[in-house]
Amino acid sequence: MSVRELSSADLVERAIDGDRRAIGRTLTLVERGGEIADQITELTHPAAKGSHVVGITGAPGAGKSTLTGQLIRHLPTLGLRPAVLAVDPSSPLTGGAILGDRVRMDDIAGDGGFIRSVATRGHAGGLALSVPGSVRAFDACGFDPVLIETVGVGQVEVDVAGAADTTVVVVNPGWGDAVQANKAGLLEVADVFVINKADRDGANDTRRDLELMLDLSHVSGHEDETGYRPPIIMTTATAGDGVQALWDAVTAHRTHLEATGQLEHRRAARFRYEVRSRLGTRFETSIIAATADLEPDGRSPAAVAIELAGHLLA
Amino acid sequence: MSEQPRWQEHYDATHLRDVPFETMSGVPVDPVHGDEPLPGQYPFTRGLHAAGYRSRLWTMRMFAGFGTAEDTNARFKEILRNGGTGLSTAFDMPTLMGYDSDSPWALGEVGRAGVAVDTLRDMEDLYADIDLSSVSTSMTINGPAAAVLAMYIAVGEKSGVARADLAGTIQNDILKEYQAQKEYIYPPRPSMRIVTDMIHYTSAEMPRWHPVSISGYHIREAGSTAAQELAFTLANGFAYVEAALAGGQDVDQFGRRLSFFFNAHSDFFEEIGKYRAARRIWARWMKGRYGATDERAMMCRFHTQTAGVSLTAQQPENNIARVAIQALSAALGGTQSLHTDSFDEALALPTEKAARIALRTQQIVAHETGVTNVVDPLGGAPYVEWMTDEMERQAEVIFAHLDELGNGSILEGVYAGIDNGYFVGEIADSAYRFEREVNAGRRIIVGVNDFVEGNEDDQTNLLRIDSTTEELQRKRLETVKHERDSVAVEAALASLRRAAEDASVNLMPPLIDAVKTYATEEEISNAMRDVFGTYVEQAIV
Amino acid sequence: MSAEPVIRIVLAKLGLDGHDRGIKVVARILRDAGMEVIYLGLRQTTASIIAAAEEEDADAIGLSMHNAGHLALAPAMLAALDEADLDIPLIIGGIVPDQDVPILEAAGVAAILGPGAPAEEVVAAVRNAVSA
Repeated sequence: MSVRELSSADLVERAIDGDRRAIGRTLTLVERGGEIADQITELTHPAAKGSHVVGITGAPGAGKSTLTGQLIRHLPTLGLRPAVLAVDPSSPLTGGAILGDRVRMDDIAGDGGFIRSVATRGHAGGLALSVPGSVRAFDACGFDPVLIETVGVGQVEVDVAGAADTTVVVVNPGWGDAVQANKAGLLEVADVFVINKADRDGANDTRRDLELMLDLSHVSGHEDETGYRPPIIMTTATAGDGVQALWDAVTAHRTHLEATGQLEHRRAARFRYEVRSRLGTRFETSIIAATADLEPDGRSPAAVAIELAGHLLA
Repeated sequence: MSEQPRWQEHYDATHLRDVPFETMSGVPVDPVHGDEPLPGQYPFTRGLHAAGYRSRLWTMRMFAGFGTAEDTNARFKEILRNGGTGLSTAFDMPTLMGYDSDSPWALGEVGRAGVAVDTLRDMEDLYADIDLSSVSTSMTINGPAAAVLAMYIAVGEKSGVARADLAGTIQNDILKEYQAQKEYIYPPRPSMRIVTDMIHYTSAEMPRWHPVSISGYHIREAGSTAAQELAFTLANGFAYVEAALAGGQDVDQFGRRLSFFFNAHSDFFEEIGKYRAARRIWARWMKGRYGATDERAMMCRFHTQTAGVSLTAQQPENNIARVAIQALSAALGGTQSLHTDSFDEALALPTEKAARIALRTQQIVAHETGVTNVVDPLGGAPYVEWMTDEMERQAEVIFAHLDELGNGSILEGVYAGIDNGYFVGEIADSAYRFEREVNAGRRIIVGVNDFVEGNEDDQTNLLRIDSTTEELQRKRLETVKHERDSVAVEAALASLRRAAEDASVNLMPPLIDAVKTYATEEEISNAMRDVFGTYVEQAIV
Repeated sequence: MSAEPVIRIVLAKLGLDGHDRGIKVVARILRDAGMEVIYLGLRQTTASIIAAAEEEDADAIGLSMHNAGHLALAPAMLAALDEADLDIPLIIGGIVPDQDVPILEAAGVAAILGPGAPAEEVVAAVRNAVSA
C-alpha cells in the first residue's frame, strides 16, 4: 500500500518505525500546513525527545552544502543518525523553486541519514513556516541531530537562530568586512563560526578579524551573559578537513546550553516562536476573509480595524 | 602604408597552391583587398598568414572513433590509404571520464561515442602498423588526457619512434569542462597542475605536439552567446598562459603550441566577427599583457566545428543547408581546420553517407565558391568590421570582470568564476533566454517552430550500436589484467601517487612508467583521485 | 495560494552523459509553472534517484537523455522503480527518435518529451502524469 493512502496515525507510526517513504510523506503533509499538519503535530509531539537542532547558515557560495554533506557522512561513524533540511527560496513570482542543495551532499541512501529539500513557499522571513513541524517529525523518528541548512541573507539568520539550538555561521577567507558582518547581525546569532575554504589565502587574516570583532562585542557587552564566546573553526569542506573539530564545537555548545540552563530558555523561545507563527497563519486566513469585500465607508481605517478586531477576537 | 612591403615579402616567400586564382568566369583576383591591417601582420585580425588559403586550404578533419581499438585502427588505415595524414580520435564516455570498460558506470557506453581505451594494449592496437612519425594525431579527451598522452608516447617508444617525432594535438582543456562539457575528474587547481605539467613536458620534449586545444565549441553548445564563447575561451587561454608563466615557462616557447577550437553557429556575420576578434584579442594580450615577442606565440590558430546544437531532428535534410552556411562562415573567418557535422547527427551517430555529404560540403566551399582566392574577403565591409569591434568590446567587458574577480589575475578570476558559478550561470541564462525566444516564436527555427510541413516524412536511418563491443572489450581487459605483473602495477601507482603529492614533480614521466605496466586508465585516474580528490559541481540552473 | 498541492519533481541524468543544457531549461520551466524541482543533475544512479524520490516524497521523476542512452537507461530506471515498488510516474526528455516513443510508452514511461518541446507541453506532460 502506498504511503499516500494511509491515515495520519498509521503514517506517523510507520515513519517512527523507520519507513523512509513514510517519513518523506509525513514531511510533505507538514509542509502543506492546515488541519492535517496539525494532526501530524499532535501525533509526533509525544515521540519527540529533543534532538539537537543545528542551523547552518552563511552567504551563498560559502560551502555550506558541501560542509553539511561532510557532516552527514561523518556523523554516522560516531553512532549518530543525522537529518538535514536544506532550505532554498521559492520564486516570489511563480511560487516554484529549484532545490539543488542535495547535489553536494552525496547521498548515503539507507545509511541512516536523511536529506530533505525545502522551499520557503512565500514565507517572508526566509525560513519555511513548516520547519519547526519538520524538525519535530525528524525528532520523533529518531533523527539526532537535525541540521537546517539555509542561505543567510538578512532576515534568515534570525529565523534560523529562532529554530535552532546551535547556529553555525559559515564564511570564507577574504570576507572580512567587520562592519558588514555586524550589520547582518551575524555576530549576535552565531554560536559557532566556520571559516571554510581555509586552504585559501587570507584565511588567517579573516580569523583574526573575526576574533577582533568578538573581542569588541565582549567589551560592548553584547555577548551572551554566561560569557560564552563562539569558537572559530577552520575547515576545508571539499577535503573533509575540520569536520570533526566543527562537530566538537557544536557538541561543546550543546553542553554549555545544558549546563547553564540556556537550553530550556531557547527551547521555550522556540515554542513561543512556533505558537506565534501558527497563530499568525490561523488569523491571517480570518483576516483575509474579513477584509476581502471591504469598501471605504467614510470611517478611518483605524476605526474599521478596531471594530473588526473586536469581532475576530470575540 | 608601412605594412604593405612586409606583407608582400611574406606573400612572395609563400609557396602557393597550383590553382588559378580567378573567378569562375576567368577574372583574375588579387589576394588581398582593402587597407591595413593586412593578413599575416600583427594583430592578425584579417588572418594569420599573408597568403591565407592560397597557400594551404584548411584541414578537412573528420572525427572518427568507435567500437574497439581494432575497428578504429581499420578506419585509420583506410584514411591513410586515401591520402589523409590526420588521425582524429574520439573516445567513449567511460574512457573520457577515467573509468574502465568493466566499471558499473560503463554499462551501455563501451565503444559507443568513441573508441574504448582501458590500457596500453588498446592504444597499441589502435595504432598498430601505423608509422607514428608520419601522421598527425588529434585526441579529443580532457580529464584523463595526461594518462592517454602517456600511452601514446609509450606506443611510440615501443615502435621505435622518438617523442620528439610525435606530431598531433590533445584537447586537454580542463577549464571548459567545469564551465560546459562536465568531463572533469579532479577539482580545478590540481587539474591545472596536470595541464601545466603537460605543457611543460611537451614544450621540452615534443616540439611537434600541441598540448592544449582551448575550446569554445562546448561552451557555445551549452547555450552561451557568441561573445561569451569568445570571451570565456580566450580567458581560459589567458589562464593557462598565467599558470605556465607562474611555473617558470617561457611564453614564446609554449605560446606557439597553444591552439583553439571554436563553434560555427548560424548567425553568419556574428561568427565571422567572432573569429576575427579572437585573433586580434589574442595577439594584443599575448604581446601586451604576457610579453610574447615571437609572433607565432601571438597567433590564435583554431579548429572549427559546425554547431551540433543547431541541427534539428525535424526535416533533417535541412541540416545540410545549415552546415554549408556555417562552414562558409568558418572559411570566411579564416579557420585552420574544420569539421562539418552530418545532417542526421541530431538523433544518432552519423551514417556513412551522411558523413560523406558533410565532407563534400567542405570540398564544395573550398573548390567551387571562390572564397579561398582572397584572404579575408569580407575585411573592410562596414558591418563585418563593426561586428568584429563589437565582439571584441563585449569580450573585454567579460575580461575586466574576471580580472576584478581575480584581483588582477585572469587565472584567479577563472578559478573564482568556476567556484561561484559565474560561467555556468551565464551560460544557463543565455540558454534559457534563447529557449524562451524560440518558444514565443520570436526566433524562428525552420522545421521546429515554423515551416513545419514536411515533419511527418519518414525518418532517416538511425545508426544503432550493438552490445557485442562491450562484451569483447570486457574480455580483453580481463585478459590484460590477468597477464600483467600486478606487483609492478602497484609499485608504479604508488610512485604516481607520490609524484602527485609533490607539486614540483612533473607527472608525465611517472604516468608513462605506469601505463607501461598496463595499469588501467581507471586505476591511474583513481591513484590521482586519492591525492587530488574529485570534483562535484554545484547545482546552478 | 493555489488550492492544488505543489508538485515536487526530481530531475536527473543517469550515467555518464554530461549534456545538461536541456535539463536546466526544463528545471526553470517547471519552477516558473510553480513546481518544486529537486535538481540532482549529472551522473546519478537509479539508486540515488530512488533514494531522493523517497526522501523528497516526489510526485514524479524526470530524466534527460542524449547519446542514444534512452533504450538502455529508461528500462533500467523502470526496472529499479519496479523493484523498489515505487509507483511514481517517469518522464523522459531529450533525444528520443519518434520510432522509439511507442517502445518506451509500452514499457511504462508516462511521457516522452522530444528535443525543444515547448514550455507548455513540458508543464502539461508533468501535470498530466502526476494526476493520472
